[in-house]
This record gives sequence, C-alpha cells and structure tokens, in this order.
Amino acid sequence: MLSSQIKSNEIEFGSCNKDLLEEIIVYGMGLGAEFVEIFIENTDTASVLAEEDHITSVSPSFGRGAGIRIFKDKRDGFVSTNDLTKHGLMRSVSQAIEMLDITDKKNREVFNGLNKFRDYSLSKRTWIDEVPSIHEISEKLLVSTKSLKKNNKIITRKGSYSRNLQEVIIASSDGTYTSDIRLHQTVGLNVIASDAQYRSSGSRRFGSSGMPNEFRLWDHEKAANEVFESSMNMLYADYVEAGQMPVVLANKFGGVIFHEACGHLLETTQIERGTTPFENKLNEKIAHESVTAIDEGISEGSFGSLSVDDEGMEPEKSILIKDGILKKFISDRAGELRTGHKRTGSGRRQNYSFAAASRMRNTYIAKGEYSKEDLINSISDGLYCKSMGGGSVGATGQFNFAVEEGYLIKNGKLTNPVKGATLIGEAKEVMPKISMCGNDLELAPGFCGSISGSVNVTVGQPHIKVDSITVGGR
Amino acid sequence: MNSREITTQISKAADLLNLKKWDYGASFSNDYSVQVDKGEAKQLKASQKQILTLRVWNESNLVGITTTSDISESGIKKALNQANIASDFGNKNERTEFSPLANDPIKVKDLKKRNPVGIKKLLTLLREAEVKLLESHESIKSVPYNGLSESFYERVYANSDGAFRSYTKSQAALYLYARAEEKDRKPRSSGSVKLGYGVDDLDIESCIKDASNKTISHLNYSSIKTDKYLICFSPESFLTIINAFSSIFNARSILDGVSLSNKNSIGEKLSTEALNIYDDGLHEKNISSSPFDGEGTPTKRLCLINKGRIENFIHSESTARIFKTTPTGHAGLGSKVSVSTDWIVVEKSEENLDLKTSLDHSTYDGEFVYIEELNAIHAGVRASQGSFSLPFDGWLYKNGTKISIESATVAGDIKYLLKNIVNIELNQEVTTSGVSPHIWVDELSITGDA
Repeated sequence: MLSSQIKSNEIEFGSCNKDLLEEIIVYGMGLGAEFVEIFIENTDTASVLAEEDHITSVSPSFGRGAGIRIFKDKRDGFVSTNDLTKHGLMRSVSQAIEMLDITDKKNREVFNGLNKFRDYSLSKRTWIDEVPSIHEISEKLLVSTKSLKKNNKIITRKGSYSRNLQEVIIASSDGTYTSDIRLHQTVGLNVIASDAQYRSSGSRRFGSSGMPNEFRLWDHEKAANEVFESSMNMLYADYVEAGQMPVVLANKFGGVIFHEACGHLLETTQIERGTTPFENKLNEKIAHESVTAIDEGISEGSFGSLSVDDEGMEPEKSILIKDGILKKFISDRAGELRTGHKRTGSGRRQNYSFAAASRMRNTYIAKGEYSKEDLINSISDGLYCKSMGGGSVGATGQFNFAVEEGYLIKNGKLTNPVKGATLIGEAKEVMPKISMCGNDLELAPGFCGSISGSVNVTVGQPHIKVDSITVGGR
Repeated sequence: MNSREITTQISKAADLLNLKKWDYGASFSNDYSVQVDKGEAKQLKASQKQILTLRVWNESNLVGITTTSDISESGIKKALNQANIASDFGNKNERTEFSPLANDPIKVKDLKKRNPVGIKKLLTLLREAEVKLLESHESIKSVPYNGLSESFYERVYANSDGAFRSYTKSQAALYLYARAEEKDRKPRSSGSVKLGYGVDDLDIESCIKDASNKTISHLNYSSIKTDKYLICFSPESFLTIINAFSSIFNARSILDGVSLSNKNSIGEKLSTEALNIYDDGLHEKNISSSPFDGEGTPTKRLCLINKGRIENFIHSESTARIFKTTPTGHAGLGSKVSVSTDWIVVEKSEENLDLKTSLDHSTYDGEFVYIEELNAIHAGVRASQGSFSLPFDGWLYKNGTKISIESATVAGDIKYLLKNIVNIELNQEVTTSGVSPHIWVDELSITGDA
C-alpha cells in the first residue's frame, strides 16, 4: 500500500519525496509502462582559470532537471525536463508513453512501492562548505602558474580548476529509491614553450572524487615541474619516422589506449549495436596471457568512483579480462535487458538530459612482474610513449592516439625525444601483443565522451610493452 | 516566463542588488529524436531545456557571470547574486563591455521555421530509411549509428542599455552510418549526415544513397605504403582542417598566445594567391545560422584570407577593442568570452594562374590519395604548434583505378599544407560545416603499413 501522506507538488532536494515519486511511477505504470525510472539532479559547479599571473575567468553555474525513462518490451523512451513540479514530471511520463506508442494499459509488471530509502548523501551534505572557496582556489592557481615560469622560453602558462557537486535522487518501479551527492574536482596545468621556430606544449591534469580537501593537498610544485620538464624535453624534438615498431607505454594515462581501444568494446551498448568484435568471445582468449584488466567504481577518491550508479545500483569490481581470457562485459539496465549480461553498477550519464548507458568507471590493466627498465631493455629499436594525448576509436574498432611526449628506444636505452607520433591499430590485433606488464600500476583521471555524455573516469595501467604497433609520423 | 518577462525580472532583481549594468543570453529548446535497430525503435528521446547566462558589472566595472537552468524568480535572483559575488574575481587586466553593435539592426534570414512532425513520424521515416539502406547492398549488415531528430529553439540577448534581440528556429538532422561485412574481410563503415530546417526538408533518399555508396566503395580495400603523396582533399575534409586551425584567424587565440598568428599577421602570405576564405554565418546554405552572436553583435560575412593573405581576424567586443577595430559577430558569452568561426566558405580567387588545373579529382589519372573524411580531430591536431596527424577515410588512385585505404593517417603542418596547395577546383560543394571545392596539396606524409 502506498503512503497516503499529504503529497508535495514539487521535488525538494534534501527532503523526502517518496510520495510524489511513487505517484509518478504509479501514473506511468497505469499508462502501460513496464518499467519507470526517475532520475533527478541538482548541480552546483564552479570553474576558475588562471592565465599567466591573473585570474581571467570565474564561472559558477547551477542546474536542475529530471530524466524520465520508460521501458516497454525492449524499447525505451526518455524525456528530460527542467520542470520538477508534479505536473512537469507527469507530463514527461505521458510524453514518454506517447512516444513508445503504448496503447495497451494492461500491465504484467507490478509496482509494490519504493523500497526503504538508501541515502548515500547523509555524510556528504557538508561537502559544499568544505570545498575550497573561489578565493582559495584563485590564490593556489596563481601560485601554480607562477611556478611554471621557469625560463623565458615558456610563453603561455595556464592553470584551471573545476568543481562539480551533483545531488541525485533515483527512483524506479523495481523499488529502487536512493539519493547521493557526488563531488568531482579537477585541476590542470598547461604551458606552451617557444624558441625561434620551435614550439612545444606540456600539460597534466589531476582529479578526485568525494574528497573536498584534495585540491588543498595537491602538490602544485611537483605538477609544475612535470609540465615544465615535458615541454622543455619536447621543444627541439624531431618528428618521429613512421613505421611498425615495438613500443613501451608509460603507466597512468597510458591506460587511455586500453580504455578507448578495448574498454569501449566491452560495453554492452557495443553489443547492442553489433560493433564489438568481442561479442561472442566470453571465456575465450582475446589478449596476451600477461593481461588482466579491471573496471570498478570503488577505489576511494578515484575520479571514476561512485557510491551508487545513475540507475541506483552499487558499483562492483568487474574483472573484464583475466590472464588474457574475456570474463565480463560492462552492463547497465538496458544492456541487461537487451543482451542478457548482468548489470555491473555501470549505468552512467553526464546529467539528467541523458539516459544512462553502460560506461566505464576506473578501468585499468593490472600490474605485472616487470620493472619499467625490464621493458625498455627488451627493445632494440622502438618508441617509449611517456605521455599520451587524446585518441579515438572508429566505428569498426580502429584506434589512433597522439603521443604527447615520446622518446626513441635504441639498444635498450631511451634516446632522443620525438614528436608527432600517433599509435594506430585495432584492439583485437593489439591486445595479444601486450607481452609484458610492469609492476608500477597507477591511475589517472579523465573525461570520457560517449552515448550518455561526458562522464568522469580514471584510466590506468603499469608500464606495458606492445610487441608491434603502427606508429604514424612524418 | 517568456523572454520579455525574463528581462523585466532580471531588471527588477538587479535593481534590488544595486547592479546597474547587466546582460544575459538565454536559450529555450524542445528536441525530439529517435534511433532504430533493425526495424525496432531503440531509443526515443524528448527534452525541454532552458538555460540562462547572466553577466553583471560591479562598481569597479569588473564582470561576474553565472549560468543556470532555473529560470524562476528565485532562480534568477540566485544567479544574479552569484554573478555579483563572482565579479569580485573579474579580470582586472582585460575589461569587458557591451558590444557597441548590440543595438545595430540584424539581418534575419527567411526563418523557414517548421512545425514538429512528432516522434511517430520520425520513427516511421527512420525505419524506412534503415530498411532501404540495408537493402541497398547485400554486404551492409547493420546501421549501428543512426538518428533522426528535430529541434525547436529560441535564442535571446538583452542588456541593461535596452538592447533586446531574439530569434526562433527549427532544425532537423538525419545521420546514417552503415556497417558492411564480407567473409574474411574486415568490416567497413561509413555514413552520411543531412540537415534541414525541418524533417520535410531533409533529403532522406540522398542520405541513404550517400551512406550506401560510401560504405560499399570502401569494401575493396588495401593497405597503403608509408610515403609522401599528392593529396586531394574533399570539400568536407578541407573544411575540417581549416576549422581545426581556425585559431590562425582568432583574435582571442592570438592574445592567449595559442595561435600561429600574432597581432601583426594581417597581410601575411599563408597560401597561393588563388585561395580566398570567408566566414559567412549568414550563408544561405547554413541551416544553423544565427543573426547575432553571444554578445548581441550582428553576424556578418568576413574575409579571412584574400588572395592567399590574412585579411581579417574574428573578434569579440574585448578583442576588437584591444585590436582597435569593431566586433565581428563571433563571440560567445562567458566569463572569458570565447571567439569562434561560424561557417567557412572556401573559393578560388581571380589570381589563379599558378594552379595546376589538370588536377581534377574526377579526371586526373596519375597517382594521388583522395581524403574523403578526416577523423579524431580532437586528438590529432595541435593547433598551437600547427601540426596534425589524423586518421582518414579515403582512396589511393593509381593507374586509373581507385582502392580504399585500409587504415592510415595523414600528417603535416598547416602552414606547409596551405603553402603547398597546387590546385583549387572550380566547383564548390556544400557540406554541413561550410562550402569548399576540392583542394589539391603536394607532398603530405601518409602512414599506412610500413
């Protein structure tokens, strides 16, 4: 039996909205929906930009809205709105029902009311008061950009900070009823160096989730040194010569290659589309036996960690590949419905205006037994990719990644820096060629753009050796 | 609240906070979209969105900004208050003012605003399109990326000096990306995008035909030897590369030190005298045209390259003041105002005697690489350094035949590329991002199989 308390006519954050949410769900089920999901969001974000020795931009923003999703058979209709009144939410439900052309109001599914409220936000309500103020952020960014001014070859210096505090309420007709507050902070440093006709750039980004004090603890001197050194090392670098060669990919952000080239192909959205070569490869060997790969949302403070996913499920640690054997796909509600792979707490979305989809969280290759030197010493002629830029994967699985900072390997030693390198390949061809994994696993934060928008993730790996890959250059 | 009421509400709330100077930009949109999977509706989406960006000037004439989706009376008050707080951190070294052109008349094109056709019709049309594409060739096994959408929106700019301008528009988009598979061969994928003012304006048949032809034409593929090649850029791919390096013309990027140009680059020779490039947001074929920018400055046609030389930069209010010129209608609205191009038009100038006019992509029988589409722009372009290394879809033409290139990247330097243009074909083609003819460039590096 549903509560008969006096019902509120608008969603209120920090309050009990059970009656109103139940009323909306009952309304949707009554119109013939098999499943109704309500995702409500309130965001408070701020970003600050320091250029040279000045703050040049401070941008606060606020947002609130709801995403309503209705399932019927295996189809879904999704409506988003800024109107959080009962009228607005019911209108969205009606619109979703109408879109799905549901005329049969008889329903096999039964809604038994929302379960006991799972409140993950309780201990997080003080975060908004604990995060650094704009003044504090500005001061530290200015100190950071000052630290980048190490010689007159540095012609531009930038420091940027952004913070996103997101409060969500999730309720659905399977009884899910939960609330959470997520805090993500990220800070980045960038420089451009120039000397006559030579130009180079350097950048690093750092990020955390759920740690209000993290920016205060950020070691800006160390970061500035890394960025400066990277730009100086690359300033006079020659273009790399194109060809097939063995490469060593550095740890931390080197993991972006696994994320883009393989991780996305293990999301159930790719099975639904028929665009992954791994669809029928469960329990088959898809990678070298030295490769174990994991996707999880539970590492404390990591950029892709969450207490509960955007469909109300606690995240699990998923071993995707174990010793080269494919063990699991990353799945959300629609993925489970349409492909049969169990949900993994990976239903994620950028905000209320996107329907959740199966997305990676903290995704990394597990550590192996070798040192970084072991990997480099094993190569007589190849490339060391110390810092990776962005990359992308095409519709048929080919990937390409820019190497931001690279060095030639000659006779087992690092030699000249080289620029302009791009790594090109296909996951199913490259994965069996990852022959050595280092013992120095580290994670790095990033943003991943895909079907449900841009979400916070971490990528990671130890140093790894790929026996042969196409390196694009001049 | 409608846009007039919002303006009144902001004015009242600003008075209470003793804020004499403010402006805002707002957008209100209704969007509908469908996707299908082998005849079944996959996801149907609708959204109602509103967003308001408010700027205020404090007593020290420093600017603060806030963006909100809560356009209620309390939401507006909160946003003004937050913008006022943010103004304490306003940029003291680069002032921002209202655009001096924010009250100038704007050229509003024939709006051609359409009415919604509704989700059911969107779904029916997309289903039919998917079926036709699947039936167009036995090797096309699926259309994994597809969508049909229609959007209806209003954009507003107003300020405390009485400027008020708004326009409403509709737009529809169809994209179809097919995947073809043949036994013992790698899957190949390609597609097509079409835009229109409304769904009934979309050339659906041509989208199906383009997607099919492009996909099938890549079935017979081979690797390419790593080397330097004569290149023919399709209109789409040349526009992609020009847009990726548009910081060359961008005054904001110049001031930020991330452009290859500097304040004195007007008149610098970048390319053959045969090349003209314009930015023309109001071009009749630009479906997404806007009559004014984020600061309310009217949009206009601007020559960027005239006979191979830089003719103008694109500006916001503040960059124009620094460069002692007028805003060009290319500004966003932000705490730090961004500047960007609208709709690039590339054409052959009258000074074209140095071109190798025998290079025509439809008749030339020598060896060259045809670049149909460049990919992964965000990853492969270093605009501040001028270099690029980009994967592409294309063909190797050799001995009168063409074969699709399996997987390769093209790498180079934008200034080298522009200086090495050896032909600009006569016929311009309209794409979703601008207008350009085919452009030939000598000697760019292609990485394929070594």
